[in-house]
Amino acid sequence: MGKTITEKVLSKHSETDCHAGDIVVASVDFCMAQDGTSKLMIEALAALGFTTPKPLRGAAIVLDHSSPSPSAEVSRIHSVIKDFSAKHAIELHDVGEGVCHQVVPESGMVLPGDLVVGADSHTCTYGALNACSTGMGSADVAAAVHTGKLWFRTPEALKVDISGGFTDRVGAKDLILRLVGDVRADGATYKSVEFSGETLPSIGMDGRMTISNMVVEMGAKFGPFPFDAVTSSWYASIGLSPTTGVTADDDASYVRTIDVDASDLVPKVARPDRVDNVCDVSECAGTDIDQVFLGTCTNGRLSDLAAAADILKGRRVKKGLRLIVAPASRSVLMGSMEAGIAGQLLAAGAVFVSPGCGPCVGTHAGVPSDGERVLSTANRNFSGRMGNNNDVEIYLASPETAAATALEGRITNPREV
Amino acid sequence: MADVVLRGRAHRFEPNDDINTDYIISGRYKFKIDDMNELAKHVMEDIAPGFASKVEPGDVIVAGRNFGCGSSREQAPRALKAAGVSAVLAKSYARIFYRNSFNIGLPVIECDTDWIVDGDAMLIDLEKGKVTSETSGRQTTFSHLPKTMRVLLNDGGLIPHLRKHGGFSFD
Repeated sequence: MGKTITEKVLSKHSETDCHAGDIVVASVDFCMAQDGTSKLMIEALAALGFTTPKPLRGAAIVLDHSSPSPSAEVSRIHSVIKDFSAKHAIELHDVGEGVCHQVVPESGMVLPGDLVVGADSHTCTYGALNACSTGMGSADVAAAVHTGKLWFRTPEALKVDISGGFTDRVGAKDLILRLVGDVRADGATYKSVEFSGETLPSIGMDGRMTISNMVVEMGAKFGPFPFDAVTSSWYASIGLSPTTGVTADDDASYVRTIDVDASDLVPKVARPDRVDNVCDVSECAGTDIDQVFLGTCTNGRLSDLAAAADILKGRRVKKGLRLIVAPASRSVLMGSMEAGIAGQLLAAGAVFVSPGCGPCVGTHAGVPSDGERVLSTANRNFSGRMGNNNDVEIYLASPETAAATALEGRITNPREV
Repeated sequence: MADVVLRGRAHRFEPNDDINTDYIISGRYKFKIDDMNELAKHVMEDIAPGFASKVEPGDVIVAGRNFGCGSSREQAPRALKAAGVSAVLAKSYARIFYRNSFNIGLPVIECDTDWIVDGDAMLIDLEKGKVTSETSGRQTTFSHLPKTMRVLLNDGGLIPHLRKHGGFSFD
């Protein structure tokens, strides 16, 4: 019987012939954690008598969730993390380098066919790089950092077959929101979501990361794309040239196949306070918005900023509305400056905050006021997510919809501005 | 070895499905507070204000589908445990929360929960796979945990497991 990408990656890393349902102990290529999860990982590692990371390409910690630190308490946690990393040969990505799921891919530490775990639920983002990568808790990641191995239940796979071309101002975010809305928050729990189809060559690496990033919002463990020309040209852009990756066998077995025709997609919005509460933008257009947030590990990359700037250039955001932009990394920020995108956004009235998580998780930089409504390009809209639970409503959408909404001060179809 | 028989009062919440890790312990605390007993004072406060002062040692959380969805924060099961919660009963779990719970030694059980009423006196027999309400006399069974999870629970969690065996040892 043929194998899925997932079965191939876990077979190789466990040196077994495993299929969906099998529990294996597998070697891990790389591990990551962030400032909100590292402290517990460090405590677990200390209890294990840890010396240096055992995964093939080591381990990294990114200070991004509460960075630069907003308080003495957080600063002390950052200090503990920095001291520990230096002592134990863990790569540290300091304040301002960016959000972990952009910084780690840029660092070249994740390669096609890898098995990766990270103490952050959106570690599934590296599925875009043809890796089987998933978020776990601090103890699991500590175990993998210490031993180079971890136990996995080989997940069943769900196949998403994408056909047709995207239409104007519709893209990867609309596709993944539509999928999460259809599959629902627990529809892919414990499963791997594998992407395929004739449209893949037109989905660039930024868009693939947007899509893989959000598979966890349907409960999924992995979200791998196949290895193809888009993968190799993206690696070339960071100075690497992996020549092989993993693709699924033609006779691989899937629990379900979902066909998506990209040409049918329209701009999508996830309404409060569930990521799977998805509608067409027309159904909530006109809703007044106080803050628009462009950024995060879902949509803070160069092509996201470019898509927003294309709508906002030469115009001004609605008076009274805050447009907060957090570039996903320093190199994204520099790229946006070189391309003139940062200037266009600033001239339109945007507020830039440090590369990193920005206001996504409510720890700093852009906590909304009571009763406010936010439209964000992030991946979660749970009550209280952005640091204030007093009647704050969070809507999720694409960078294009975010830009159009910032212009009008209310949720707006990006095709109508 | 984890206790085989657990006893405590049932706590149900609204909404009952998709209770996410932000509701269990909000992200706004996890960066500031790393003392689990302090964090325990804030569990569930966004959907059930006052829960932390009501919950008693041994109590049981009862939920619907997809309990613990959202972030990977291990603080979620740890704070529940620190608050005195002895087990979670839910129809299904998000996978990261599920693993985290076993890793830190909190039993989380997948079973039908519609019949359990808030405040019921619950009795959970991990060995026999039985959940009983001593209040209503009703009962349900749950399937035996996979061996990997049983080994982890018996050893007191993942880190104690690795310390005991010097590596993974599920055979």
